[in-house]
Amino acid sequence: MGTAPPSGGEAVSTVKRTRRGIVVRLSGEEASLVKALMEQLQELLGDPPDATGDLAAIGIAENAVTPEDPVLARLFPDAYREDGAAAGEFRRYTEMGLREGKREAADVVLDTLKGASDTGVETVLDQAQAQAWLKALNDVRLALGTRLDIGEDWYDEVGELDPGDPRMPMYAAYDWLTMVQESLVRALW
Amino acid sequence: MELDRPDTEEDVRADRPWLAIVWNDPINLMSYVTYVFQTVFGYPKSKAEKLMMDVHHKGRAVVANGTREEMERDVEILHSYGLWATVKRDD
Repeated sequence: MGTAPPSGGEAVSTVKRTRRGIVVRLSGEEASLVKALMEQLQELLGDPPDATGDLAAIGIAENAVTPEDPVLARLFPDAYREDGAAAGEFRRYTEMGLREGKREAADVVLDTLKGASDTGVETVLDQAQAQAWLKALNDVRLALGTRLDIGEDWYDEVGELDPGDPRMPMYAAYDWLTMVQESLVRALW
Repeated sequence: MELDRPDTEEDVRADRPWLAIVWNDPINLMSYVTYVFQTVFGYPKSKAEKLMMDVHHKGRAVVANGTREEMERDVEILHSYGLWATVKRDD
C-alpha cells in the first residue's frame, strides 16, 4: 500500500475542514492540472463495454471481457480470480454503472473548479462533493500510478532518475496528487 | 435422533458463506483504505486499521462475509472506491 511521501515545500495547495465544509485551495497551475487529469480520466472511461438495446438501458452489457488497457483493468478489476465466467458475469452487471459513477465523480471535481482562474481557486465542498473528490483523485492516481508502474519503493527509485527524464512531470503530478488525497482523507475523518 | 438435513447438495452449498477480499496494491494510501473500510462497512476505526494493516502486511484480508449477492455488492462498492477487491467462496 502507498503512503504519502514527505513532500517538499513546493505545493501551495491546502485542504482544511471548516464550519462551511471542506475548503480546498489550489494555485492556478494546480487547478489546471487537476482539470486536465479529470478530463483525461473521462476520456479513458468514455467507451462503455459492448452494450446495445434494452439491457444497456438498465446498465447491463451484452458481454464484457477484462479490458486490455492495464489502467482500465486496474480501475475495473476481475471480481473473481479463479472463475473467468463468474468474473465476466459480474463485469456485465457492474462495469457500466461503475464507469458512470467514476465519470460523475470527475464531473463533480470539474464543476467545483469552475471558478478557477490563473491566480487560483478556493472551493468549499460538502460531504458528498468531498467524497467525489476523494474517489476521482484516487482514480487519477490509479491511472497515473499504473502507467508509471509505481511500486512500494517508487519514491526511492525516482530519486535516482535523471532530472531531465521525460517521466519526471508525471511522477511529480502523482506525488502531488498523493499529498492532496492524504490531506483530503485527514480532513474528512 | 434424525436431524433435519437440506434435501440436495446444492442447498448446502447455497448456505455456505462467501467472502469479500481486498488485495494489497502500491497505489492506494493506507489512510484512504482505512477510511473506505470505515465508510463502506461502518467498522470502527480500530477494526478498519487492523484490516488495512492485514492487507498491507499479508497481501490481502477478508473484509466481509455473507451471501454471494451481498459480497458481490460489497465488491462493486469497493471497486467504486478503486480498491482491488474480489469475491470468493469460503472453503
